[in-house]
Amino acid sequence: MSDDYEIIIGLEVHVQLATETKLFCRCSTKFGASPNTQTCPVCLGMPGSLPVMNRDAFQLGLKTACALNLNVPRFTKWDRKNYYYPDLPKGYQISQFDLPMSEDGYLWISDPKEQFEAKKVGIIRAHLEEDAGKSMHDEAAGKADTRIDLNRTGTPLLEIVSEPDMRSPLEAKAYLNELKLILTYLGVSDCNMQEGSLRVDANVNLHIKSDDPHKIATPIVEIKNMNSFRAVERALAYEVTRQYEVWKETGKTIKDAAKTTRGWDDQAQVTRPQREKEDSSDYRYFPDPDLAPVITTEEEVEAVQQSLCELPMAIRERLHDGFGIPSYDADVIVNQGIVAVKYFEELALKTGDAKMSSNWVQQDVLRVLKERDLEFEQFPISVERLAGLLKAIMNKEIDTTRAKDVFTQMLDSDKDASAIMKEMGIEKVDDSEIDDLAKEILEANPKAVEDLKNGVQKAVGALIGQAKKKNPNIDPGTFRAKCLELVKHM
Amino acid sequence: MALYEASATQLLSQLESGELTSVEVTQACLDRIREHDGSVGAFLKVMDEKALAKAAEVDRKRKAGEELGVLAGVPVAVKDLLCTEGEVTTCASKMLENFVPPYSSTVIKKLEAADAVIIGKTNMDEFAMGGSTENSALGKTRNPWNTDLVPGGSSGGAAACLAAQMVPLSIGTDTGGSIRQPASFCGVVGLKPTYGRVSRFGLIAFTSSLDQIGPMARTAEDTALFLEAISGHDPQDSTSAAVACPLFSKSVDQPLEGLRIGLVKEHFGEGLDGEVEKAVREAVAVYEKLGAKVVDISLPHNKYGIATYYIIAPSEASSNLARFDGAHYGHRCDEATMLEELQKEAEALEAANDKEGLRKMDTPLIRMYRQSRAEGFGPEVKRRIMLGTYTLSAGYYDAFYLKALKVRRLIREDYDKAFKAVDLIVGPTAPNPAFAAGSKTNDPLAMYLEDLYTVTANLAGIPAMSIPCGMTSGGLPVGLHMQAPALEEDRLLRAAYMFQKETDWHAKTPSL
Ligand SMILES: [Zn+2]
Repeated sequence: MSDDYEIIIGLEVHVQLATETKLFCRCSTKFGASPNTQTCPVCLGMPGSLPVMNRDAFQLGLKTACALNLNVPRFTKWDRKNYYYPDLPKGYQISQFDLPMSEDGYLWISDPKEQFEAKKVGIIRAHLEEDAGKSMHDEAAGKADTRIDLNRTGTPLLEIVSEPDMRSPLEAKAYLNELKLILTYLGVSDCNMQEGSLRVDANVNLHIKSDDPHKIATPIVEIKNMNSFRAVERALAYEVTRQYEVWKETGKTIKDAAKTTRGWDDQAQVTRPQREKEDSSDYRYFPDPDLAPVITTEEEVEAVQQSLCELPMAIRERLHDGFGIPSYDADVIVNQGIVAVKYFEELALKTGDAKMSSNWVQQDVLRVLKERDLEFEQFPISVERLAGLLKAIMNKEIDTTRAKDVFTQMLDSDKDASAIMKEMGIEKVDDSEIDDLAKEILEANPKAVEDLKNGVQKAVGALIGQAKKKNPNIDPGTFRAKCLELVKHM
Repeated sequence: MALYEASATQLLSQLESGELTSVEVTQACLDRIREHDGSVGAFLKVMDEKALAKAAEVDRKRKAGEELGVLAGVPVAVKDLLCTEGEVTTCASKMLENFVPPYSSTVIKKLEAADAVIIGKTNMDEFAMGGSTENSALGKTRNPWNTDLVPGGSSGGAAACLAAQMVPLSIGTDTGGSIRQPASFCGVVGLKPTYGRVSRFGLIAFTSSLDQIGPMARTAEDTALFLEAISGHDPQDSTSAAVACPLFSKSVDQPLEGLRIGLVKEHFGEGLDGEVEKAVREAVAVYEKLGAKVVDISLPHNKYGIATYYIIAPSEASSNLARFDGAHYGHRCDEATMLEELQKEAEALEAANDKEGLRKMDTPLIRMYRQSRAEGFGPEVKRRIMLGTYTLSAGYYDAFYLKALKVRRLIREDYDKAFKAVDLIVGPTAPNPAFAAGSKTNDPLAMYLEDLYTVTANLAGIPAMSIPCGMTSGGLPVGLHMQAPALEEDRLLRAAYMFQKETDWHAKTPSL
């Protein structure tokens, strides 16, 4: 980034709430059904049909509001946002306009690599609304057909609008990461970006630094169509450079141009101007007369607050303070989700060595999950079995290198570590046996002894190799210590 | 007495005693419709076969001693804006000329559960917008008392079929007076219930916050029974009142003791027809004779009723009618012709090198919306959509819509205050008797004043009723308007019954 300007980023995140049924009818919200099979007169907006609010959706909204420190007013209502679009069957979308269900909260973000300082990002509001349908443009062979799938119509969305508090694409990514983590920990959404459960629009512009005490701001651009966090980061980075160049060229500021919309082209890695839906400045919002306002009591909010699970930020702290693992480790584990956190905690308690447990989870377990494309829930080795292996290492029954082989075998069998070790002929070597072996090998390698006496530590490596050949079960660490001790007295 | 002259209550007792069958009753209605609807035009559709099949089914059940609903075997006509599964439901609009809903409205389901025989769909002003049923795109309805006159609107068909004795009961809807004004013009009984008393599910919405379905009949007892059959909380309508429905038919014959009647001084001012005023004052005298006390009251914000209504109603309508876009429902323009025209326009602009014109040209999608709606909606519907779009627009919202909501609250408060002093508010239903067809079609504002006395009950959400209370010298019915506090339909019905016991205006029928 440049020293010539400051980047101003605000994010609007649409989260699909994990309800069984839609926001205003009883149709299923399951993803992937054949087009238009999950619809009814209500979500099709058929004449005469009326919406009735799904309490579960409201409850999930409340949960999120509490987790994001938002205020929940006593009274909220539904408004109609009127516009014409083929995927909008009623000609309006039911949303919340001037009295959203929650407002004025915040979210702490930080970077484990400490590329920016931890900061509080303000959240302006989080409100509920129904989703629109999906247009599928079939432009093949000169056709211009559009087919409409209304399965998604009426799916509950929570729109979370941040303050323009982020100052770099990295911060934006950290915000999205933390938000997604909270939402998945709460079970409020599966946040699956491929399936559209989490959609991000970014508002970005630059504050150009100048001697003039008045800030010069470039026109705000809203970027849409980003379907991964990586895409968000790249789109923002691209847009920042583009805006700076356009400003240098034209000198146009926020006062000269209205907000525009651009789409992110992931293939070409550029943003492109997007056609506006209609005159978006005027949605003719007004209170939906078909829906009763929603009254929320303080007790209700209190009860939801009490029912919240432990949130990622708190878990990170607990893993760091309680288990004594580094913040970076805690972050990696927490990022894997609540199942990973539970796995780690149990493993650490069973082995009594948190750092070692953390290392194994972060390195070996995550590597296997990645290689085999598994979710954490699907990891084949139970906590008990992995703890058995780690204890064998701690008891010096097996060295780390061979332990990795045992680990690999455990992935595809139900056997305990001890059983596999037995099959592989791995057993703990007696101290006297190591003593004898060390003496024997030192005697056979006078050059190495000489080197060791002169402080050339690496000479011991070759000795370990010879010892391993004679008895693969010896623990290299123990053997090494023994050699060094014997040489001292020679 | 001919079968068609009988009230629903009379028919029910004869059906129950076995003197009559529902097939006979239904056939009598169908015969009467066949004979006279050519000159009245109350029906858009008559469902002969279905009605007779239902009647036969009810007769069979009755014979077998099976349990039956409260309207078992009685023919009912339904305004053509209640979705009826498998039957074309048009709202008297070209837009929905071929719309067949795959579901039934709650009221239709309730009528079916009450074992009523649904005999047909009645004509109305398009999307219920109008005061004379002249805005129907699908047919003309005439007033049975004089076929040169309008039946009133928008439930003109619903009122006319009752006056012409084609059916004993008919369903109307009332957004600003659409049940009561045609009831007044046709000399029948019409009741707009408390907002939320009757489920709106399946009612093709005009103004969601004002629309209410209500019973129309020829007597107070029939109205009570009919209201009982269609009322009740509906979980499918979140604005429906979560209250138990009283058995109105059981209390209707109990007179009201010590009744206090409020006369609104603003109701007897300029614009009120002299003969209407005379009939209304005579009706009030009947109540006084029965022991009622008359109290002069004021509803100071009533005078803003029409203005408020014509902000709120078009606003909601513009949004409710957005779904009829040709893409999802209703009429779609001929696309091939449309695309051809669009192409020609583009060529012409290119030839003229009119870059600005080309830039401003419709996309095919926008043109499809535009043209489908232009073809599908009639002039009054378009007028209100434009009004509503304007009043909701950014920059005008506060000045119009928001202000209208504030006035609406003041109107409600006027009523709250008035009902501390009186039990009922009584006055004329409409400022005049039925007028000549075509006489107001070019003057929308004059037409809007038809709702002068009725519209505030919708804005306040309270129940109101019109009953026949006299005749003009020209032999046209005059309606008496009665309003009660929310959920006090019981009071209206009992007051109406008291009046009908003392007079016979409700028994007068036009000669066809
Ligand atoms: Zn649905």
